[in-house]
Amino acid sequence: MATLEVAGLEKSFGGVRAVQGVSFAVHPGEMLALIGPNGAGKSTCFNMLNGQLRPDAGTVRLLGREITGLAPRQVWRLGVGRTFQITATFGSMTVLENVQMALLSHHRRLGGLWRPVARLDAAPARALLGRLGMADQAERPCGILAYGDLKRVELAIALANEPKLLLMDEPTAGMAPQERVALMALTAEIARESGIAVLFTEHDMDVVFSHADRILVLDRGRLIAEGAPAAVRADPNVREVYLGSGAVTGAH
Amino acid sequence: MTGRAIGRRQILAGAGVAALAAPNLARAQATPIRIGEINSYTAQPAFLQPYRNAWILAQEQVNAAGGINGRPIETIFRDDAGKPEDAVRLAGELVNAERVSLLAGGFLSNIGLALADFANQNRRLFVASEPLTDALVWSRGNRYTFRLRASTYMQSAMLVEEAAKLPAKRWATVAPNYEYGQSAVRWFKELLTRAKPGVEFVAEQFPALGRIDAGATVQALAAANPEAIFNVTFGADLTNFVRQGSTRGLFERRRVVSLLTGEPEYLDPLGDEAPEGWIVTGYPWEQIDTPSHTPFREAYRKRWNDYPRLGSVVGYDTVMAIAALLKKTPSTETEAMVDAMAGLQFNSVFGPIEFRAIDHQSTMGAFVGRTVLKNGKGAMADWRYADGKDYLPSDDVVRTLRPQA
Amino acid sequence: MENLLLQALSGLASASSLFLVASGLTVIFGVSRVVNFAHGSLYMLGAYLAFTLVTQLPRGHLGFWGGVVGAAIIVGLIGVVVEVLLLRRIYRAPELFQLLATFGVVLIVQDLALMTWGAQDLLGPRAPGLRGSTEILGLRFPLYELFLIGVGPVVLGLLWLLFHRTRWGTLVRAATQDREMVGALGVNQRMLFTSVFFLGSLLAGLGGALQLPRESVNLHMDLSIITEAFVVVVVGGLGSLSGAALAALLIGELHAFGILVLPKITLVLVFLVMALVLVVRPHGLLGKPEAAARGGQGSAAPLIGPAPPALRRLGLAALAVAVLLPPFLGDYALSVLTEMAILVLFAASLHLIMGPGGMASFGHAAYFGLGAYGAALAGQWLGAPMLAGLALAPLAAGIFGLVFGFFCVRLSGVYAAMLTLAFAQIAWSVAFQWVELTGGDNGILGVWPDRWAAPKLVYYYLALVLCLGATLLLRRVIHAPFGYALRAQRDSTLRAEAIGIDAFRIRWLGFGLAAAAAGIAGGLFAYAKGSVFPTYMDIPRSVDALLMVLLGGVHTLSGPIVGALALTGLQEQLVRITDYWRLVLGSIIVLLVLFFPQGLAGAARARWEARHGDA
Ligand SMILES: Nc1ncnc2c1ncn2[C@@H]1O[C@H](COP(=O)(O)OP(=O)(O)OP(=O)(O)O)[C@@H](O)[C@H]1O
Ligand SMILES: [Mg+2]
Repeated sequence: MATLEVAGLEKSFGGVRAVQGVSFAVHPGEMLALIGPNGAGKSTCFNMLNGQLRPDAGTVRLLGREITGLAPRQVWRLGVGRTFQITATFGSMTVLENVQMALLSHHRRLGGLWRPVARLDAAPARALLGRLGMADQAERPCGILAYGDLKRVELAIALANEPKLLLMDEPTAGMAPQERVALMALTAEIARESGIAVLFTEHDMDVVFSHADRILVLDRGRLIAEGAPAAVRADPNVREVYLGSGAVTGAH
Repeated sequence: MTGRAIGRRQILAGAGVAALAAPNLARAQATPIRIGEINSYTAQPAFLQPYRNAWILAQEQVNAAGGINGRPIETIFRDDAGKPEDAVRLAGELVNAERVSLLAGGFLSNIGLALADFANQNRRLFVASEPLTDALVWSRGNRYTFRLRASTYMQSAMLVEEAAKLPAKRWATVAPNYEYGQSAVRWFKELLTRAKPGVEFVAEQFPALGRIDAGATVQALAAANPEAIFNVTFGADLTNFVRQGSTRGLFERRRVVSLLTGEPEYLDPLGDEAPEGWIVTGYPWEQIDTPSHTPFREAYRKRWNDYPRLGSVVGYDTVMAIAALLKKTPSTETEAMVDAMAGLQFNSVFGPIEFRAIDHQSTMGAFVGRTVLKNGKGAMADWRYADGKDYLPSDDVVRTLRPQA
Repeated sequence: MENLLLQALSGLASASSLFLVASGLTVIFGVSRVVNFAHGSLYMLGAYLAFTLVTQLPRGHLGFWGGVVGAAIIVGLIGVVVEVLLLRRIYRAPELFQLLATFGVVLIVQDLALMTWGAQDLLGPRAPGLRGSTEILGLRFPLYELFLIGVGPVVLGLLWLLFHRTRWGTLVRAATQDREMVGALGVNQRMLFTSVFFLGSLLAGLGGALQLPRESVNLHMDLSIITEAFVVVVVGGLGSLSGAALAALLIGELHAFGILVLPKITLVLVFLVMALVLVVRPHGLLGKPEAAARGGQGSAAPLIGPAPPALRRLGLAALAVAVLLPPFLGDYALSVLTEMAILVLFAASLHLIMGPGGMASFGHAAYFGLGAYGAALAGQWLGAPMLAGLALAPLAAGIFGLVFGFFCVRLSGVYAAMLTLAFAQIAWSVAFQWVELTGGDNGILGVWPDRWAAPKLVYYYLALVLCLGATLLLRRVIHAPFGYALRAQRDSTLRAEAIGIDAFRIRWLGFGLAAAAAGIAGGLFAYAKGSVFPTYMDIPRSVDALLMVLLGGVHTLSGPIVGALALTGLQEQLVRITDYWRLVLGSIIVLLVLFFPQGLAGAARARWEARHGDA
């Protein structure tokens, strides 16, 4: 069964039809890239998948269960982790505490009034950070972290609830090129290992073509192409959209 | 602007804890008798500056005359900023840290009550000077609390006597929305209905204290078309009410009976817009030439280069009452003072008065008269002194009003 | 019928006056986000200055109108001075911190006005040519009121032209919508802010000056207008001029007609209106949600770690003093210490909302007062002993905290804060008006401790144990997952919701917890004073709590403790030393604000960190 099934998703903002009739599916362990030029509607799609936005039409199913219109925190409880295009972390907490919060929430221990957070779920949080190569940053405040590191923290947070689906909106923005590839390799490894379905957007075509199992191309709210990387690269429609930027061809 | 000059000087005097009385201290060798005085100086400066000025004057006079058996009196003033909870704290300070022999003061009713309760709990004498609430000596009266000024009930009763003589049957009331305003209206209605069955109250307005929406209030009263109006607003509310009322003709062909409006504190700021023909309680300071008043007025003028307000009389007489008390008792032990206070008689600025043993209310009266414009200023005419003892309920009634004592 | 029309006209005149003041406030807030408490003081200064000018200048049109306009301009310049010398230096301080500074200005102006103009109310001359009245449907209506009715729309129109037809106005509107953008456009932000302050203050001054023919000028004008002006601004929608006009109209008319039906409604009407409007429309009538804060920059709030050893030692030393010294102190010192302990808890409870919670409350005194009333009423009507009363206090406060909080925590920023104020004022007016139950403004007397706790020393220890215990408990909560969840939703609601945190629920429970803690403080206060009054939950007490938290520092755990001790200590000393304690206290506050924009504890922390490397 597909982890995520999307059918006929629509969203308009006033006159702008940001997403129109988008349908696709992601399978366990699969890395699916959603690409498209700026303003194509990628983030809007993501926001509808995790409940941040309510779609005007269409359905979202997670493991066969309809989740359309649920609040983000409910979607999260069902096993959807997410990173944001513009990172969102808790600036007044350390990296470790950020991850602890996700773990504590996952374990439903946030109502605690007595035992200090310092002693709760610290070990698994450290383990998670270690896996992402962030162990030595654990005690630093998130508020002063470099952007690339924040992206990693977000990934750690997103992985904390043992997700079945990972939504990553531009996970490598702000990183050096080698870092990007390494991070996506790691993500792919984790995804395969745990059978996590990953949907990600990315502007860096190197990253996309080297890590995506499949690619969706979005333009002005519509899906214009879908398929394996090689097929998408050859698609004339895609070339049309990216014409001039050289992004698709120039990658190699 | 005399008010300005007074303001500055008075502050100096206050800051130094009656420092101006210092020269007199040198004469009296014995340790001074300390009085703790608490009032809302910063919250109500317009009324309390003349009060404190006269207080200091009285104290100087007492000390110049040799003090109390050779001991001078000394006052420690405290500002409660209009908060009862602060007044209670300061009372504790005065009693415990400053070792005062008795407490005095109070302007706002709730602060008077808080201090009275403090006095009762801590077994200290409290001579309330200004607060008007009837509860102070009646429903919540206690052994340790005495009050100088004519109460809300007494002043309402004085006005009812006049109101009953008017032909008016349809009455409207306007009063600030707090205990004083509410009880004044309640007493006025009750007493007037008793004195003159058949009167009818066709409208009542209760603007928030200090925030009257005068235009709307005046219009609302006019709409009910009463024949007469009972007013309890004072201060800034009164000024605004009068301005809107005169311009809109509310007071034409209508009688107005008004509490406290004849007091210079409230009449003077109205200047040449002071209403004419209102029946008021007040204090025609410039016209009272009695053996007890004239020397007071002149001494006050001389000391402060200003004329006395009603607050001055209250401040002065509070000190004089305390001095009379202290002369009567051999010691400053509280129970002895309290016993001596009950039934204490002394000569006030308004003539002889007594702190009644039955309810600890003094019989100080007020002047009842009519407002007129004289030389572009409001004044009282056709006034008479209404002695407080004639406007208190019978002893039997008082006993039911003061059940606990 | 004629009467109703005149009532409506009277309402219009009040609405017009109200709009003048509120328009200045909303313009200033819109651009600078400063909650300008001193706006009422500027209004009062406008009236006093107009009095002086009009009575000094020759009589006649020129003298009068010249005086009014002159006063408005002078007040505008005073606003500029305040902005340049004070506010400009603290725009970067934590949210609402400027409120502390403007409150210092309020105190200073109160005493300066008393010194300059004396205590007695001043009645200014009437406006030449507009002294009398005119007949409308056979009833008399003052000309000046008619004139005022015209002034409101004219000023609104002029402001509209200013904002829509000049480059400066366009910038102001842009800044109102999105502050960061204007900075990015390379506009001289300083000049923009200063000029906006000039305009806003000028409008306040004009509002005050125009009251001259209407009302006596007095020392209470500042505080009597400021809350109402804020209500108008918030009901209209922060930063929205037409919203302010609409709200002023609504309130003016509701007031005029309300008193026909319910004469005692005046006390609470505006707050009822505000509560209703905000519950239905969280951004006021015409307000827009603020542009979402840019993500990624993280919150300015610092980490919360275990107390450093030095602070721990200091705390222990203070505790030792608090425990060991009192037996050697007199009763008065004990009652002051008791009060301080109580206020520490009161401040700490507000801090939970403001610091970790990231919400503001202008009505926290409600829960203090509800605790006090809960205890006092239980004693009076049920004969409950003191301990039962003290147990009931947090319960009563907590329940109301949950009820009121349910509505308040849905809102954000100043809207939420003003809704807390509305509820507090509604609670206050119930305590004030329900004389049969609460004794009204005369309060409930005889709320003294049980015999065993009557000695001041015993009561002090009782208060110390409870207050310190509750304060430490709150501290513990902040270190526990719940406190972290509070901070999480403050730092990033987006992220919090994305990891399953129900931000509303956390805020709501946090609000209830803070209310219950304030209730304990209130209950203890009631028995310490022996009486309970509506003043326990009035605006000045809420403001006190705010001042304590801000003075200490919102983003430090010791902030509320330091702030409470500093403010009560200062006040207690100053009141005894000088009659001009407001001037001195105001000046001290202003200086503290300038030198310690992170609050006292915040400054100490910064210094400590600078010496010991970053934390
Ligand atoms: N909250 C909103 N209100 C109005 N319009 C919006 C909103 N969010 C997105 N849009 C519009 O919807 C369209 C799609 O935006 P979206 O952010 O989904 O694009 P994107 O593909 O993620 O672009 P990018 O690569 O720049 O992140 C854009 O035209 C954008 O302006
Ligand atoms: Mg995007």
